[in-house]
Amino acid sequence: MPGKRSKPKLAVWKFASCDGCQLSLLDCEDELLALAGAVKIANFLEASSAVTPGPYDRSLVEGSITTPHDAERIQAVRKNSRFLVAIGACATAGGIQALRNFADVEEFTRIVYARPEYIQTLKHSTAIAEHVKVDFELRGCPISKGQLLEVVSAFLHKRKPNIPQHSVCLECKVRGTVCVMVAQGIPCLGPVTQAGCGAICPAYQRGCYGCFGPQENPNTVALSAWWTHLGVGEAAQLRAFRTYNAAAGAFSKEAARHV
Amino acid sequence: MSKRSVGQKINSLGTAQNEPQKPGIPNSKTIQVGNLARVEGEGALYVRVRDNQVEEVRLNIFEPPRFFEAFLRGRSFAEVPDITARICGICPVAYQMSSCQALEAALGLEVGGQLKALRRLLYCGEWIESHALHIYFLHLPDFLGYPDSVRLAQDQPELVKQALKLKKTGNELMTLLGGREIHPINVKVGGFYRVPRKAELQAMQDRLEQAREIAYQTVRFVGGLDFPDFEPDYTFVSLREEGAYPILQGRMVSNRGLDIPVAAFEQHFHEEQVAHSNALHATLEGQPYLVGPLARYSLNFDQLPASVQAAAHAAGLRPICRNPFQSIVVRAVETLYACEEALRIITAYEEPDAPSMPVVPKASSGAGCSEAPRGILYHHYQMDEQGLIAGARIVPPTSQNLRMIEDDLRQFVAAHLELPKPELTLRCEQTIRNYDPCISCATHFLRLTVEHVH
Repeated sequence: MPGKRSKPKLAVWKFASCDGCQLSLLDCEDELLALAGAVKIANFLEASSAVTPGPYDRSLVEGSITTPHDAERIQAVRKNSRFLVAIGACATAGGIQALRNFADVEEFTRIVYARPEYIQTLKHSTAIAEHVKVDFELRGCPISKGQLLEVVSAFLHKRKPNIPQHSVCLECKVRGTVCVMVAQGIPCLGPVTQAGCGAICPAYQRGCYGCFGPQENPNTVALSAWWTHLGVGEAAQLRAFRTYNAAAGAFSKEAARHV
Repeated sequence: MSKRSVGQKINSLGTAQNEPQKPGIPNSKTIQVGNLARVEGEGALYVRVRDNQVEEVRLNIFEPPRFFEAFLRGRSFAEVPDITARICGICPVAYQMSSCQALEAALGLEVGGQLKALRRLLYCGEWIESHALHIYFLHLPDFLGYPDSVRLAQDQPELVKQALKLKKTGNELMTLLGGREIHPINVKVGGFYRVPRKAELQAMQDRLEQAREIAYQTVRFVGGLDFPDFEPDYTFVSLREEGAYPILQGRMVSNRGLDIPVAAFEQHFHEEQVAHSNALHATLEGQPYLVGPLARYSLNFDQLPASVQAAAHAAGLRPICRNPFQSIVVRAVETLYACEEALRIITAYEEPDAPSMPVVPKASSGAGCSEAPRGILYHHYQMDEQGLIAGARIVPPTSQNLRMIEDDLRQFVAAHLELPKPELTLRCEQTIRNYDPCISCATHFLRLTVEHVH
C-alpha cells in the first residue's frame, strides 16, 4: 500500500430534523459502496452501529438547534471535527422548525402536548452557524444528492466544492422548461431562490416554493410586486417566504414586509 | 445469578466504565449501552430489574419536540401535503397521502380512477424504498452479525448490490411520479400537479420486473434466517381495503373485532403523554396495540395475490405472523407485493383527462389514514371557509407502537435475563429495530440502562 495512509474519517450528526438529508447519502445507491471505499464512515447512526471515536476529518451536520442539550452537543461535535458541513435547510437556516421563531413556543407546546411541563425546548430554532464555525453550507429541503456527492468528492480531492449560487431560473432554462410564471401566471419563487434542485417544480407545472433558500442578492421586493400583480394576497406572500427557510436572511426580511 | 457487576456501565463498544452507585438505591446495578444505531431518531432504553423480575421498561424519546400540528395552524390547506412531508424524510409520501385524504374527506371530495391508481403507485415506490432500506441496511446486519451493510458488502458484495438496486427502483418510481424521492413536490389536494405519460411509466417496467425478482430472492433469503422463539399475543390494527392489500385507505380493523371507518378513530384510540418521552403514546380502548407490517399482513393475507402468498409460504410464514423478529420476512413479502402491484398499475394505466380535481375550500373537518411502511398514519384537520387550517392532529405509526415495543422488551428481557450483557443488549436493540421505529416521526441513538435492584 503506497504510503499506507489511513482513509479520512467521515461522521454524520443529527439534530432536530426529519432524517431526510442524511438519508440522501444512503440514497446514492450507485455511489455508496465506492464512497465507503474512499472514506471511513466513522459515525453514522442512521446506517451503522459501529462508532469510531473522533476527531473526524469531516462532519456532516443535519438538523437545527432547538434544545439546550443540542446547543451543548453541537459544541462537542465542532471540537471533534476538522471540517464541518451543515447539510439542509434545518442546519443552514433553522428549517421549518424556525416557524416557532415567529410565535409563542409555550403556546405551541400547549397545543401539541397535554403536559407541557415535561417538554424542554428553546424559543428559537437556529442554524448550526449561529452556534459554531461552519466550513461549508449545503442548502436544500432536502439537499440534492448530486450536490452532496460534489461536496464529499471536493473534500476528498482537497478542492472547493462547485456549488452554484445563482437562481432556479437558470436551471429552468437549462432544463428547457417554459417559465410557468410568464406563460401561465403561476406564482413562483424561482427568481429569488438558489439553484440546486434542478428546477423540479416548474417542470411539474407548479411554482418553486423555495426549498433551497434565498439566492445571493435576491430582488424579493420586485418579485412580490409581480406576485401582487398576479393576484396573490399579502397573507399568502407572507406564508410563501416564511416556510422552509423562514429564518434565512432575505426571506425573513421580505416576509416581515407582509406581516 | 446475574453476572453483571455492581455499578458498571457498558457502552456500545463493550468497554466497561466505573459508575458511581446511585444514592438511595442499594445494590442497584446498571448497564448502559451507548447508542442505538440503525433507527430513525433518537431514544434510550431503561430497564429496571428487581430480584430477577423486570419491574419497569421505559423507552425514552430524545427527539426534540417538533410542533408540526402548531405550525399548520393558519396555513392554507394547499400547503399541508408539502409541510407534513417534512415530518419524515423516510416516508414523506405517507404524510402526503394521509393529509390529502383527510382534507379531501373534509371537502367531500373523492379522488378515484387513475389519479387514485397513481397515488397507489407512488406509495408502492415508497414501500419498496423504505422496506429495502430497513431489510438490508437497518435490520439484516443484526441477523448476520455486522455493524452495517457497508461492512457486509465487503464479504457479500453481490447481496448488497442487489439490495441497492431494489431500493433504487423504489426511489426511481418516487422520482418519476413525485419529482424527487425525498419530499416529493408533485402531490396536491385533489390529485397531482402533473401526471405522467403512459410511455414514461412503461419505461419503468423492465426495472420493476428486475426489482420483483430481487424482492422474490429477498423473501427466500430472509426466510432462512434464524429467529428467536417469541410470539406475543398482539392486538393487530391495520386498514382493510376491499379487494386490495391496504396501502392508501380503508376501514380500520383489528383481530379483536374492531371494524370502524377512519372518521371514528378518535372515539376508540387515545394518545397520552408520558414524562420520560417527547413522543405521545397511543392506546386502543386503553390497551397497547401493534401497527405495521405484521398487523397488515396478518389481517390481510387473503388480499395478497396467489403468487405472493406462495412466496410467503415458501419462506416459512403462515397466514398470521406474531413473531416480531420475522417482520423482516413480512417486509420482504410486502416489497414483493409492491413490485407486483406497481407493475399491475402501470399496465392498466390510461392518462387521466386532468391531473387533479377542482378543489373549493369551505369550513369543514375531516380525517384520513393510510398505511405508512411502519403502520397506520392518521391525520385530522379543521379548516375555515377560506381553507386556512384551524386545527390539526397527526398520529404517526411509531407513537402507536411505542407501548407495544416496551411490552415486547419487558417480555423479552424477562425471558432472557440469563444472557450475557452484550448479547442481551444486542437483542434489546434488535427487538426495537423489529419495529423499524421512526422516532423522528414519533416526536438515532439509544442508550440501554438495565438497573438491578435488590
